[in-house]
Amino acid sequence: MSRTTVTGKPRAAAGSRRYGTARRAVRRSVRLAAGTLVLLGLAVVVVPLVAPVDERLVDLGSAALPPSLAHPFGTDEMGRDVLLRSIYGLRVSLLVGLVAAAVSVAIGGVVGVVAGALGGIVDRLLMRVVDGFNSLPHLLLGIFIVAMFAPSAWAVIVSVGLTHWTTAARIVRSEVLSLRGRPYIDAAIGGGAGRMRIIRRHFVPALIPHLGLAATLMVPHAIWHETALSFLGLGLPPHLASLGNMINDGQRSLLAGAWWPSVFPGLFILVPTLAVAVLAQHWRDRTNPRRRSELNL
Amino acid sequence: MLEAHDITVRYGRRRVLDGVGIAVPPGTTVGLAGPSGCGKSTLARVLALLQRPAAGHVVIDGTPAPGWRHRAPRELRTAVALVFQQPRLAVDPRFTLAEIIEEPLRANRRPVDRAAELAEELGLTPDLLTRRPHEVSDGQLQRACVARALALRPRYLICDEMTTMLDVSTQAHLVARIEAYREAAGAGVLAISHDTDLLARWCGGKGRVLAWPPRSGRVPRPAASG
Repeated sequence: MSRTTVTGKPRAAAGSRRYGTARRAVRRSVRLAAGTLVLLGLAVVVVPLVAPVDERLVDLGSAALPPSLAHPFGTDEMGRDVLLRSIYGLRVSLLVGLVAAAVSVAIGGVVGVVAGALGGIVDRLLMRVVDGFNSLPHLLLGIFIVAMFAPSAWAVIVSVGLTHWTTAARIVRSEVLSLRGRPYIDAAIGGGAGRMRIIRRHFVPALIPHLGLAATLMVPHAIWHETALSFLGLGLPPHLASLGNMINDGQRSLLAGAWWPSVFPGLFILVPTLAVAVLAQHWRDRTNPRRRSELNL
Repeated sequence: MLEAHDITVRYGRRRVLDGVGIAVPPGTTVGLAGPSGCGKSTLARVLALLQRPAAGHVVIDGTPAPGWRHRAPRELRTAVALVFQQPRLAVDPRFTLAEIIEEPLRANRRPVDRAAELAEELGLTPDLLTRRPHEVSDGQLQRACVARALALRPRYLICDEMTTMLDVSTQAHLVARIEAYREAAGAGVLAISHDTDLLARWCGGKGRVLAWPPRSGRVPRPAASG
């Protein structure tokens, strides 16, 4: 007589435990990322209200002080508090990042929808324009655009927006091409819907998660670009606290052994970038039904 | 009459339809039987002006179709309605069932009152109409698709394996609704299926079943209803 061993339950329990642990880890990292972004967001809104700082003011008596209780992030070579300036810098960088991301996603979204929905010669022409933009180094093109304006936050926004729309355009076009072949679009065409109606009723609602994700990922990239332009002296005016300007200034102190004026602004770029990446990954998993069921979110 | 003449369709090098022709007179049901993968759905898409063939032309009530998809005039596109095989793929997953039925009426700026009448005729309760596709069964969704197809009172209706995934009672109900519409509106119906028994029953009264591949020149046209 054979003996039957029931192994289903322990296996299922182990699988459930594994999923439970993974789910808890995902939730923890999402909470941490969201909490970090909320904290930084509050800091950039509240700190300038409660601790207004004249960004042109220097205090050479307190120059290059290491981190202490009075100055948790130390002071720079002009005696300015690195923590306060980093928060001010993050405010400028976030503004530049958010607006530049919105501009680039808006341009890319329109180009992608037009190319994908109309197809044919319009699609081919627009995609060659995208190829043309992609063939140029973004930073070089950005420098060229910034050089046409006086250094300002808007010049940086225009520079980043005009050089980074191609990624969004490609994402949107490929999604529209995929949607175009679906039977429900055929049904809409057969039902007398014009191109604009199909774009408005079917394409745009389906594209919103993709555009949102593209914009979310573009924010840290735009901040990096702003930082690079400011580091090269082409971004924001030198007196204005931006993370790029601070790192640029901090490199001089680095040779004298003062690491804090450049490391802390660097962390202010790195931490929100990682937080956004975690949230973007989570959002991608949630909007993809297959991944959502796999992760049991 | 809905006519297709010498239709040839290629996917890459593969020729899916080769000189196929068919005629669907108004007021009759024409059955088209053929094995899976022979090109029945492709012919249905060509007849509904949704796919441009490599060769051949479609004539709707004496008017040759000047183009395909958006290049076809709206009046011609809406004269032929297509009910798809898989209702899940044929509806926007973001729409409620009510929106699915109303969409062609809204797109053509017609009153949406007809949507409620059609929903009632097809057995869709007000509760179902507020649900989205993933919240209803295939049968309920296909009922909404049939209601959508009938919303603009098309002169021709193409049912492409419409009942394949449905239970017998839903099949019977949908076929009865379509036959009632045909009788009332004098519309031509092209019923496409691999199930010859179903087609024989469906077309038994007022039509005839064509075997694949249909040829407009060789196959006798079904007699028009009186």
